[in-house]
Amino acid sequence: MAAQETRVITKFLRDRTDDSWEFAVAREHNQAYSALEKALGMEPAQLVEEVTKSGLRGRGGAGFGTGQKWSFLPKDVFPRYLAVNADEGEPATFKDHMLIERDPHQIVEGSIITAYAIEAHHAFIYLRGEFALGAERLQAAVDDAYANGFLGKNILGSGFDLELIVHRGAGCYIAGDETGLLSSLEGERAMPRIKPPFPAVQGLYAAPTIVNNVETMSAVPHIVDRGGEWYAGTGVNKSLGTRIFSVSGNVEKPGNYEVELGMTFRDLIEGLAGGVAGGKQMKFFIPGGASSPWLLPEHLDEPLDMDRATELGTMLGSGAIMVFDETVDPVLVAWRIAKFFAHESCGKCTPCREGSWWLEKVLYRMANGLGRADDLDLLLSFGNNISPGVTWPPGQTTICQLGPSTMSPTLSLHKHWGDEIRARLAQDAERRTTLEVAAG
Amino acid sequence: MSFTDTERRRAEELIARYPHGKSALLPLLHMAQDRDGYVTQDAMQDIAALLGLTPALVLGACSFYTMFKREPIGRLVVSVCTNVSCLVNGGPALVDSLRARYADDLDVHVEEVECIAACDLAPVMQVNYEFHGPVTSGAAVEVIEQYKSGALTARTISGSPAAASVSGAGTTVRRELAKGG
Repeated sequence: MAAQETRVITKFLRDRTDDSWEFAVAREHNQAYSALEKALGMEPAQLVEEVTKSGLRGRGGAGFGTGQKWSFLPKDVFPRYLAVNADEGEPATFKDHMLIERDPHQIVEGSIITAYAIEAHHAFIYLRGEFALGAERLQAAVDDAYANGFLGKNILGSGFDLELIVHRGAGCYIAGDETGLLSSLEGERAMPRIKPPFPAVQGLYAAPTIVNNVETMSAVPHIVDRGGEWYAGTGVNKSLGTRIFSVSGNVEKPGNYEVELGMTFRDLIEGLAGGVAGGKQMKFFIPGGASSPWLLPEHLDEPLDMDRATELGTMLGSGAIMVFDETVDPVLVAWRIAKFFAHESCGKCTPCREGSWWLEKVLYRMANGLGRADDLDLLLSFGNNISPGVTWPPGQTTICQLGPSTMSPTLSLHKHWGDEIRARLAQDAERRTTLEVAAG
Repeated sequence: MSFTDTERRRAEELIARYPHGKSALLPLLHMAQDRDGYVTQDAMQDIAALLGLTPALVLGACSFYTMFKREPIGRLVVSVCTNVSCLVNGGPALVDSLRARYADDLDVHVEEVECIAACDLAPVMQVNYEFHGPVTSGAAVEVIEQYKSGALTARTISGSPAAASVSGAGTTVRRELAKGG
């Protein structure tokens, strides 16, 4: 049977023939806020249990159990806050962008349910600054929710109060790190903070805070509606439910595909995204955003399973799959990713601030035929100071994951094409010497 | 330019929404940028006074975020992505051609940006944070020209919904600077 999507959280936005996401339509055709009505009749602790039972893991990148995260809140410490991470910035991830623009009510409903479950009376949706249309629609959705009694004082007569603020960022990748996000939301540079204490214990304004991704929030109403057991009945092993994968690069049909976890990379990339564009061969693919180590065509029959990805020395991360054809130079891709991290390093930790800059310089000369014979080993050597051992899962000498992420491309070059690249560098070095001699 | 009384009231409303007022810093910087076309020193001082911060702290945050411009850049900011999915779909050539085309145009500021989360539209650009893609360099110029002529309505320089009349403040100041004024 041909590969198929399993649409749960994308059902409403895909089923529509037009772009009518508004309150009345979402209410009529997607039963928006009916899960909230159900949730308000439950105890907060029951909701935490239901979400834990569902096995839902955070869809932002780290893949931590959502219900488990909620249960880490210290008892009887108030106020508590909910911060929804809508700062989608991991290169090649564009699923949250779609959810925000095309089904904002689902996010708002999931956020209200979550705030109720964790007993927070203030929630924030930290939205990537560049999502201008998204900001407009999300704000309109929030306004509608207030106007219809789903937000504000005494929601639907339950006695529960909640204020929800849509907060726009201003162009910063590291604001997508959960502690970076909290710094930014407090009106600071978005610099990550050391953990512990984890945000669940000491987060926004030093109060217990839950930070959850947009896609995670979008799944919550469905879990409440149909039960944790139903959700846990789909997926594979400990990767349960459906996930949206953003497929891009050299593929025929780039786009977002919501599939049941456990599907193979091949079914996703070839079956749904149409395979490599122009009938070319695949050289390699990146399975989980720019931070994740790369995989080869021989891994195409592996399942979309977060723990299996770890065994393969990588991660499903933010669900961004980038495909590259045989004409693409992996060193060029490694350089571009290094350039990204060098630009986005917040500068707080020396190994990342200095190291990302060096990586970019050395990879630039390697990608442009000006490499020196030992450049790959040089990268591994100073990479060792950012991410000791240059391995996966990564070690780190930095506060946040951006530091070790800078090494993923180099780790991949070394692992997949180490000999080939060293030979190429030796040739480059020889040619450079000849040129220098000729130039006198 | 300093905040007028009306603007100050709007700012105070924004601040009051948050449990701690300092959280309003980014929204206030967006507001100031929309008004002046970039974040002026006066605005940073006003914001500092409103939030009880030093101007240096406001500058520190403002200079950290790429969307905030601290000098006039014109009326339209064109952001072209060259991150990996755009890299293999023509992003670098697109940014080069647009930079060359608009080098002397005081209305248009072309910048290379990191992934803007629309890789299915690669190569993708934003004009005042409105997405356009996939675009060839010819199609990109056509879109930008439509914004220039008003055939397409541009958002503000910070991406807010277009005001009744799009502020040309950034271009005006830039023109004066270009004249040495």
